[in-house]
Amino acid sequence: MKKLLAAGLLMLAPTVFFNDSRVFALEGVIGIHDPSTIAFCDGKYYTYGTGGTSLVSDDGWIWRRGTPLPRRGLAPDVIRIGDSYFLYIAANSGPTKAAINLLTNKTLDPNSPDYKWEEGGVVASSDGVEDCNAIDPGVFLDPVTKRLWLTYGSYFGYIRLVELDPKTGKRLDPNEKPRNIAINGEASIMIYHDGWYYLLLTHGSCCRGADSGYNIRAGRSKKVMGPFIDNMGVDMLRGGGRFFAGSAGRVIGPGHFGLFDLGDGVQRFSLHYEADLDRGGASVLDIRPLLWKDGWPVAGENPQAGTYQFESLRTGTALELAVEGFPVGGRPVRRPPPPAGPDAAGNTTVPPGTGGGLFAGIGRPIPDQDAAEVSKKWPTGSVDVRMANYLCQAQQKWTIEPAAGAGGYLGAPYFKITVAGTTRTLAAAENGELTALPEFTGGPEQLWRFDRLADGSWRIMPKAIPGLNRPLALSAVGSSFATLAGFDPMSEKQRWLIKMP
Amino acid sequence: MHMRFIKQIALTGAIIVSAGGFLTAAAQAPPVTLTKPATPEKIPDADGFIRRWLILEPIPAGGLTDGAVQTLVGKEQFPDQLTVIPKDGDKVNVGGAELGWHAVESLNYNVNLFHFARAQNRKTSDVLFWVVTIVNSPRELRDVRLSVGSNAASVWWVNGQEVIGLYGDRQTVIDDGVSKRLTIRKGPNVIRAAIVNGGGATDFCARLLDANDNPIRNITVSLGEVKTVNRSPRRK
Repeated sequence: MKKLLAAGLLMLAPTVFFNDSRVFALEGVIGIHDPSTIAFCDGKYYTYGTGGTSLVSDDGWIWRRGTPLPRRGLAPDVIRIGDSYFLYIAANSGPTKAAINLLTNKTLDPNSPDYKWEEGGVVASSDGVEDCNAIDPGVFLDPVTKRLWLTYGSYFGYIRLVELDPKTGKRLDPNEKPRNIAINGEASIMIYHDGWYYLLLTHGSCCRGADSGYNIRAGRSKKVMGPFIDNMGVDMLRGGGRFFAGSAGRVIGPGHFGLFDLGDGVQRFSLHYEADLDRGGASVLDIRPLLWKDGWPVAGENPQAGTYQFESLRTGTALELAVEGFPVGGRPVRRPPPPAGPDAAGNTTVPPGTGGGLFAGIGRPIPDQDAAEVSKKWPTGSVDVRMANYLCQAQQKWTIEPAAGAGGYLGAPYFKITVAGTTRTLAAAENGELTALPEFTGGPEQLWRFDRLADGSWRIMPKAIPGLNRPLALSAVGSSFATLAGFDPMSEKQRWLIKMP
Repeated sequence: MHMRFIKQIALTGAIIVSAGGFLTAAAQAPPVTLTKPATPEKIPDADGFIRRWLILEPIPAGGLTDGAVQTLVGKEQFPDQLTVIPKDGDKVNVGGAELGWHAVESLNYNVNLFHFARAQNRKTSDVLFWVVTIVNSPRELRDVRLSVGSNAASVWWVNGQEVIGLYGDRQTVIDDGVSKRLTIRKGPNVIRAAIVNGGGATDFCARLLDANDNPIRNITVSLGEVKTVNRSPRRK
């Protein structure tokens, strides 16, 4: 029994490893609650949380504590319009009596001479009696109309919508009556995608650590004012909301969605988990890929270490080292009928009774190729990279793992990519081509970023390319070769499926 | 199912049917897709495919793996095989057999080597074809890629530099093998290939692509002097 259990654990281990999203939690200081949408300013990323706390990062992967806001309120949100940053932050002065204040700044960099928060006044409030608690602002610039909107509210009543002046960040019409657009949630924010307005809302209980039921849900509408309907046809004013993100693995209570659009169809969203069990149950920031399926947002996962095949969406062929492959298990030969039971070596016949012949196999499971052994036949030095039909051969399996100390990008670390079981390392080469080096030496041309695209496929890009200073992505060129090329969001050439072999 | 296995079955079947005389189709003239070039030079077709080539009658050969093909093309079968610019009608001696170079123009985007070999009454299976063409460019072209498909394995050179290797049993797929970025010189450029067939059909296609993967057509293809005298197919 003990032996069986050990064998079972060995079989399960890779699965557990691949799915353990905590392996790649953001690095550095990431403790925050109710983070704002991430803002980018002069080469740095910023987010602000409840209590006026802030986090800052140079690369979006390693974070540190930033300069606090002058207000110590609740759940801020920030947006850049023109040369100004508009930051909205709430203050509760009693049960359901709250106000959302505007702060403006020319920069988010405290070291800039232009850094100065200016008070902009109250843009929305609740009086302690009405069915609304004016906290958790979410600001949204409509990309179609260029009109600026603010959603806000919590569990005491409605989520509300008011229009702001994009020139000042203040209420466009202070006498405008706020519109009710949802209920039973908080941390609301709106985004636009492909002709639809999406209202993202956090449902569930907050602020209970590992006992928090926070989860993010969405409804959509053709109009910015709603009605926002979920996938079951339930209005968010009646508590509807299509599930978007919930607790998983060792992180509990995701909430406070914030969109970060990288362009070219690459989107990320920020959030916090109420409790990260690997960080003592602290509330922490995370940044994940935003995907879309059937007109609904889907919470994507960041790349995970492991061994994979890289399949081109353009061609269906797999990336491989350009070396002669050998069939797994040897070249097929005509076999005699397999024995009916275990053979002399104790191998079990599978499947019994299939008879012999060219198509009968060898009568027992075929192990994976031993890369260390197979690679002895490969040329030493750098080897070209190409593509071929995936045949489960050693030169077609790639191991990705974070490159220690190499930093990262928004939400993930840089990875090294090696042929599994070997030191052969994928690298960008001169003139935007590819090569496989004998081993990883840490150069920027050997560091790779993985961006999840909206359809779930991946864009894979080297950190640097010798002799070039523009970004290029791993690209199929023809059916059987790969190169580096400018990313074309309308093409499948630079889209890759990363599959477990 | 293994393609070569299928191709062998298909060939065997065709022979049986023909020998039995069950089909009138067996008496029909074989399809012709290759003609003699009628003009000194030609531009690529609308999709950029180079249709004009010099082809050496096939050399018996076997093996489609990376190693087998590289060993084959690395062995000198006739003098200057990686540098010679043959003319139509030139002869070379390969292992005691006299083989001729033939200038051909394909009616299709691909060049059907099966038709070529059959017209010469030569073997079509387990053979090696050498092909050469000259591409003339009015100016230097950078970041160009040679893009080919071949049935079956093939190795390609541009101006003496090996740029593509396609190995294994495979069919001709447009843009199957694509070179790294290369420079096409102003003036003549030599594109050369060795194509190894296992069994059954054999053909290839080739074109040049620009930096945006669009076919290059502002070039001409010429083969030098082309003998226009039609010769009878070789008799075994």
